[in-house]
Amino acid sequence: MASAIVLLTLAAVAAQGPAPAAPYSVFSRGGRQPLPVRTIAGQDMFALDDLARLFPLTVREDALAGGLTIGVNNQTIVLTAQQPLASVGGQMVSLPAAPVHEGRSWFVPVDFVSRALAPILGSGLELRKPSRLILVGDIRMPRIAGRVEPLGSLLRVTLDVAPATPHTVTQDGGRLLVRFDADALDAQLPAAPAGSELLQAVRLADPPTVVAFDLGPRFASFRTADQPAPGGATRIVIDLVAQTETTPPAGTPLPSPPPPPATAPADTPPLLDLPPTGGLRTIVIDPGHGGEDTGARGARGTVEKTVALAVARRLKAALEGRLGVRVLLTRDGDQTIAIDQRAAVANNNKADLFVSLHASASVRPAISGAEVFYLSLAEYGDEARRVARGAAEALPVLGGGSRDIEVIPWEMAQARHIDQSAAFAHAVEAALRDRVAMSPRAVQPAPLRVLGGANMPAILLELGVLTNPQQEQQLAGDDYQNLVVQGLIDAIVRFRASTAGETR
Amino acid sequence: MHARAAIVAGVLLVALAGGLILFVGLPRWYGSRPATPVAAAGTPTGPPATTPSAPPARKITATLFYVSDDGMALVGAQREVAFGATVPEQARAIVDAQIASAPPLVSAIPAETKLRDVFVTDRGDAFVDLSTEVSTKHPGGSLDEIFTVYTIVNALTVNLPAITRVQILIDGKEVDTLAGHVDLRHPLAKSLEWVTHDSH
Repeated sequence: MASAIVLLTLAAVAAQGPAPAAPYSVFSRGGRQPLPVRTIAGQDMFALDDLARLFPLTVREDALAGGLTIGVNNQTIVLTAQQPLASVGGQMVSLPAAPVHEGRSWFVPVDFVSRALAPILGSGLELRKPSRLILVGDIRMPRIAGRVEPLGSLLRVTLDVAPATPHTVTQDGGRLLVRFDADALDAQLPAAPAGSELLQAVRLADPPTVVAFDLGPRFASFRTADQPAPGGATRIVIDLVAQTETTPPAGTPLPSPPPPPATAPADTPPLLDLPPTGGLRTIVIDPGHGGEDTGARGARGTVEKTVALAVARRLKAALEGRLGVRVLLTRDGDQTIAIDQRAAVANNNKADLFVSLHASASVRPAISGAEVFYLSLAEYGDEARRVARGAAEALPVLGGGSRDIEVIPWEMAQARHIDQSAAFAHAVEAALRDRVAMSPRAVQPAPLRVLGGANMPAILLELGVLTNPQQEQQLAGDDYQNLVVQGLIDAIVRFRASTAGETR
Repeated sequence: MHARAAIVAGVLLVALAGGLILFVGLPRWYGSRPATPVAAAGTPTGPPATTPSAPPARKITATLFYVSDDGMALVGAQREVAFGATVPEQARAIVDAQIASAPPLVSAIPAETKLRDVFVTDRGDAFVDLSTEVSTKHPGGSLDEIFTVYTIVNALTVNLPAITRVQILIDGKEVDTLAGHVDLRHPLAKSLEWVTHDSH
C-alpha cells in the first residue's frame, strides 16, 4: 500500500507557501484518499459530506435548533451554527471557527478532525496540518525533518524523527541508506550543499521508507549516533568524513562509530515543531498532613508534615527551573487541609500529574526505605471498573431524547488514569532506587483516600520511615531531600517522554 | 371416665418432668460441652434469656492478625477467643482479642484503642465502632494504616462467614481515614493481599 504515500517537500520548494485549497491526504490501511478543502473566511474547512464518506458518521440536521447532530460510534457530536464549539460525547471542545452552512452542505474547520472526531473514534486518528495529512488507524508514518551543515572537515546530517522509529543506517556502494521501519514517511528532507564533494543529493529511495544520501567523490567514511529528543522523538546524527591522507579509502566505514559529542547537537534547536513540554504543563505537589495533623513523628521529634513540605518546596523550585512546567502546592505553609481539597486543587487547575508526599512510620523500628503507592481499584467495586472502562450513560436531555454523557463520580475520577498512575509509580520507583534505599514493598496499589479523586495520573510517595532513627536523620537533611527531588525529576522527565505521543 | 383422665394427666406430667430434666437440667449439671460451634452458625438474634446461662469459660479458636517480623505484611495466628452466642457478640469478642496485647506478637492496632460496639446488618456488613485512640495514637504511615484496617477487616471476615464487609467507625461516626491514608468511606471486603503466605 505504501507505494505512493510519500509527501516529499524539498527544502528548496518549501518557500512557496501552501496552495489555498490543496486537498488533504487521508492514509489508512486501505490506501490513500484525497479530502478536498474549502477556504471560507480564511479558515480551511472540510465538507461534512466528505468526512461522512471516509468515517462512519451519521449527520442529522436539526433545523429547529439551527445545529447538527453527528453520531459516531454510539456517541454524539453536537454542532451549533455560529458557535465555534462542539459538544463531543458530552464534553465541550473549542473549534477555530463556527460551522458554515453553504448551499446544501455544512463545512467544519479542519481541526474538527483532531478535536472532535479523534477523541471518540478511538481507532487512532491524527491530523497533521503542516503536511496536510490525516492518518487513520495504526499507520506508522513518522515525521522527518533534516538539515545538513559543515562541521570542520565533516559534513553533519541531522534528522529529527517523531515519533522515534526503528531504523538502520548502512552504506550501499555510493549511497548511504537510512531505512525506517514504517509504512510511510512524512519527510522534509534537506538539500545537499551546493558543490559539496561529500554529499551530492538527498532523496527518498525505493521503497519510499528509505532516505538515500548520494555520496560524493571525497567521501571516506561515516559515523552515526541516535539521541533522544523532546516529545518522544529521536535525533539521528550522521557525520560524513572526508578523505585525507590518513583516512582509509572510500567504502570502508570506521569500525566502531564513536558518537559525536553529545552536547553540540543537543544545543541546536529541534527541527520539528515538537511540543515543548510533552504532555505535562501543570504538576500539583501535595505535601501530606499539615496544621493540627502532624502525621508521623520520629523519636527526635521530626514530623512528617514538615519533611513533606520541605521536599515539596524543593521539588517545585527544581521542576519550575529545569522543566519549565507550572507547579502548584496544595499547601505552602503549615495549614490543615481537608483530604478532598488536595485532589480538588489538582482537578481545578487541570494538573497533568499529582504527587502526594509523605513520610512513613512503623511499629517495627528497624523498617526503612521509600515506598510508592498508586490507587487500587479492587476496593471500590463495580462502579470503579465502569468508570475505568469509560462507559457512558444515556441521560435525558431538554426537548426529549437522550444523549450519552460520561458521568464520573468525584471520588472515582482516578479510575480512568490507573494505568498511567501505575506507569508513573514504577518510573518513580526506578529513579529513586538508583539514589536512596527502597522498602521491600517499593511500589504497589493501595486504597489510598487522597488519590481517589484525582482526575490525572497520581501517586503517593512515602519518602522514608521516620520511626527508624537513621532515616529520621536522613529525612530531615538536605542531602536526602535533594536525592529524592532529583529522582522525582528524573521520573517525571521519563514519564513525560512516554506520554508525549498520547496526550496530543 | 374420671379415672382415665387422671391417668392420662399423670402420664403427661411425668413425661413433661422427664423432658425437663433431660433437656434443661442435665446439660446444666454436666456443664455445657456440646460440640456445636454456635458462633459461626449465624443466629443473628439470640434471645437475651440464654446469655446468662453461657458460662464465662467457653472459647473458640479464631485466626487473628499481627504485623510480621519484617514489618512488611500481616501474619495470621490461631488464638483462643471468648465465645459469643450471636454474630455481633462473637464479632465483639474477636475485635477485643485482636486489640488486646499478645506478646511477642505485635498488633497494628494502637494498644489504647477501645472497642465501643459492633453492629451487623442483615446484608453482612459489620460496623466496628472504635474509640478515637485508633486514630490519635496511630503511628502514621500508609503501610501501617493498611495493616490496622485489614487486621480488623480480615479478623471478622475470615472467622465469621456471616460478615462479608467491614466499615470502621470512630466514636460512632463515619470517617475518611484513620490517619490520613486508607479510604474508610465504604465497607471493605476481606483482602489477603496484605497477609503473608508463609506462616499462615
